[in-house]
Amino acid sequence: MNKPLRRIAIFCGLLVLALLVRDNWLQYVKADSLKEDPDNRRVLIARYATPRGDIIVDGKAITGHAETTTGDFKYKRTYKDGAMWAPVTGFVSQAYGANQLESIEDGILTGNDDRLFFRNTLDMITGKAKEGGNVVTTLNAAAQKAAYDGLKKQGGKGAVAALDPTTGKILALASYPSYDPSTIAGGSESDEKAWKALDKKNNPDDPMLNRALREVYPPGSTFKVVTAAAALENNLYDGADSKTDSPLPWTMPGTTTQLKNEGNIPCKNATLRVALQYSCNTVFGKVGSDLGNDKMLAEAKKFGFDEEQFTPVRSSASVFSKDMAPSEVALSSIGQFNTAASPLQMAMVASAVANDGTLMKPYMVDELQAPNVDPISKTDPEKMSQPLSAENAQILQSMMETVVKDGTGKNAQIDGVTVGGKTGTAQHGENNSKNPYAWFLSYAKVGNSSPVAVAVVIEDDNAVRDDISGGGLAAPIAKSVMEAVIDSKK
Amino acid sequence: MSSPTNTSTHHTSTIGSIGAPSRRNTELALLVFAVLIPVFAYANVGLAIDDEVPAGLLSYGLGLGLLAGVGHLVVRKFAPYADPLLLPLATLLNGLGLVAIWRLDQSALLRGIGVAGGKATNQLIYTALGIALFSVVLIFLKDHRVLQRYTYISMVGALVLLLLPLVPGLGADITYGAKIWIQVGSFTIQPGEFAKIVLAVFFAGYLMVKRDALALASRRFMGLYLPRGRDLGPIIVVWMISILILVFETDLGTSLLFFGMFVIMLYVATERTSWIVFGLLMSAVGAVGVASFEPHVQTRVQAWLDPMREYTLSRTPNGDGMVHSEQAMQALWAFGSGGTLGTGWGQGHSELIRFAANSDFILATFGEELGLAGIMAILLIYGLIVERGVRTALAARDPFGKLLAIGLSGAFALQVFVVAGGVMGLIPLTGMTMPFLAYGGSSVIANWALIGILIRISDTARRPAPAPAPNPDAEMTQVVRPS
Repeated sequence: MNKPLRRIAIFCGLLVLALLVRDNWLQYVKADSLKEDPDNRRVLIARYATPRGDIIVDGKAITGHAETTTGDFKYKRTYKDGAMWAPVTGFVSQAYGANQLESIEDGILTGNDDRLFFRNTLDMITGKAKEGGNVVTTLNAAAQKAAYDGLKKQGGKGAVAALDPTTGKILALASYPSYDPSTIAGGSESDEKAWKALDKKNNPDDPMLNRALREVYPPGSTFKVVTAAAALENNLYDGADSKTDSPLPWTMPGTTTQLKNEGNIPCKNATLRVALQYSCNTVFGKVGSDLGNDKMLAEAKKFGFDEEQFTPVRSSASVFSKDMAPSEVALSSIGQFNTAASPLQMAMVASAVANDGTLMKPYMVDELQAPNVDPISKTDPEKMSQPLSAENAQILQSMMETVVKDGTGKNAQIDGVTVGGKTGTAQHGENNSKNPYAWFLSYAKVGNSSPVAVAVVIEDDNAVRDDISGGGLAAPIAKSVMEAVIDSKK
Repeated sequence: MSSPTNTSTHHTSTIGSIGAPSRRNTELALLVFAVLIPVFAYANVGLAIDDEVPAGLLSYGLGLGLLAGVGHLVVRKFAPYADPLLLPLATLLNGLGLVAIWRLDQSALLRGIGVAGGKATNQLIYTALGIALFSVVLIFLKDHRVLQRYTYISMVGALVLLLLPLVPGLGADITYGAKIWIQVGSFTIQPGEFAKIVLAVFFAGYLMVKRDALALASRRFMGLYLPRGRDLGPIIVVWMISILILVFETDLGTSLLFFGMFVIMLYVATERTSWIVFGLLMSAVGAVGVASFEPHVQTRVQAWLDPMREYTLSRTPNGDGMVHSEQAMQALWAFGSGGTLGTGWGQGHSELIRFAANSDFILATFGEELGLAGIMAILLIYGLIVERGVRTALAARDPFGKLLAIGLSGAFALQVFVVAGGVMGLIPLTGMTMPFLAYGGSSVIANWALIGILIRISDTARRPAPAPAPNPDAEMTQVVRPS
């Protein structure tokens, strides 16, 4: 009987060997892919096992963490002034993932980033718990507060974007109505309820929409700044103060439709300065159609139109169309037709003009820090494009300053500070049936340089149509944001 | 038959007083390790989870040490020439199993769903009962050949045990799929674990008598000696019972275990390879046949082929109306997350397996917390137990002992393969438990009895002055006559 016994012994050995091979396959070859499988709950457990790093504004954290009482996720995110900062932070939720900055810098905030690998390994050896790093933003707390409070006081939907023109730092990024990401940070029933209430399907206000980056609006008359820049750059007219060839009334080429101005304003053959001061549709419509689609598009693109910006949070691409008929180019050049811009885009337009024609790439992450606040990486200001020459930029500045001094933008005047701006009232909806958007874009100058450029857009369903104008609704908010920035630099 | 004391004296007088060759001191030394390792592991779990040495460490260590000590003393007294490895290896696995069960008791999630909480204490009691049965086997079973007398009683006993879960009002459907438990008061018992041993006794007794007849070949076909048609009877009966288990208790593991054990013993008894071929063919036909109409088996096969799909289905409310379980995928994640060295005791998340995390799936906890290294060590320990069992079979001087030892070791090996293979996704999952590691009274008690029988056979085999090997026929007449 011993021969079959020996064979059975070999058979049993093979059974054990098969298990050993399988185990090596499972725990060595496939280990990493199983371990990092996003459906493997351990990935999430580890993610919430340590306090998340903070997002920092002006040296103070605008985020925090709290220990959860139920479930297997230990820590959840908290936010200070969550609604105000939501367009900057985005949210991170135990149940619903993360978005925007919380998602993009997740590696640093959780401490899983490869750049923290060496530290983590050291911590593991010394038995220290893993910590998350910090994200230091470029934002200005006072400017953000001014922007959000201004929007809130106004009560309608709206957004503000403010930039430092010399560097491209984003100083304010506000959206209203907003939401407090703290309410959805956990994984409990109340978080689920809050999440459902915020859902666009249940909430027509769509509070989770980051209007400053992710919504594009017809920019209306504020786009005339871009058209004016195109006219100067292409030498269509000689400077700001020479007469233009602008008949009144003006029939758009290829049509029998006359382009109208708002009210009885001196637009016939007006200089570019006067045309911007009074916001002449006829002058800038004709400038656009005279330059043609290609030249207008080229200038708009230099300002950043038609492409997404990564700040690193993505902003929607603003729109200036190609292959349009001359009449459509004319309408597009006064910010109507297909033209659409995000508040960030219009702030970039103001900032390029204010920075003597140089457009800096907008960014909101100044520095990534290790848990012990050692810098890991710092963002250097980067030139994005040169939409207009320094000389033409200064001409355009003087035109925009006239708008604030004597024109439609008087509400943005600040004592002792040079302010340039442009109002806009953009029509939208079928046959312009809906309430227009009120726009204002501006910059302030202190000495020779400009510390802030800002764009404000407000959509007010409740306001009487006539009352809406960029100068009336949006300019005061722009003013308070600029003041906040200037005061904080003092 | 001479008593152990006599043989020992006799032995000493021939070899001289060099010391006992019984290897009992080796066993004792190994037992010290087998108790110390789980005690350290236990302390480790406490330190990892609560940052302090667990309060129960002393009582746990003393308890395990006491049980091991009792086991050792019983072996020393009643089976002095037994294999020195079997008891320490089983003690080590039992101890580590207790640690893992206690570790899972600490999980709030598992306590919340009633899977864990106080289970380690229960398991310690089961272990004590197991050691008690182990001692009873060694004290009262002076010679394993006595079991031969109970060949046909064993058959009846095994059938009753196997069919118990099907009795209305007694069977307990405590997990999805397999119906292999019975409910007695507040206890659930898995009769299959005991049936394993009883059935091995029956097969050994039966095959010892019939092996010559079964070995007779009728004709040669493709290099194989085919058995005579009428000799196919027994294997067909066992096959049909296995199929019935598969169909009515929907348990692939038990079915495979019993049939596999029978084929192994048949092959050893007859030395005919053709039985193996027949066995494999019949298993394949049976498995495929049943799988073609039995939805539980189909679900398990699907879960094996695509555990991720099964996981997704289990998470989809009102999916396709079938019961789906995320366990297979959760177990794979546990193994994968453990990696090479594991997370360390108490630092994994194998509680995510939820139901049966501390019984059928306990290997996944080892996989996650001790890693590839730990699982390989555990598999090798199982391999060693099987190897000692096979060695016992080789050393046994009587055919009944050989058959019984190989039957029990083979069944043990098959069970380890079927359970570990199932949990690791090598084969479809079945409803059985890892011997000694898993939580469950039936399993622990039955496996201690199994080890007891192996130790008894090895003691008889290694005894220096054997009784003259009786010829099987004489043995038979001896057995049927009441002594």
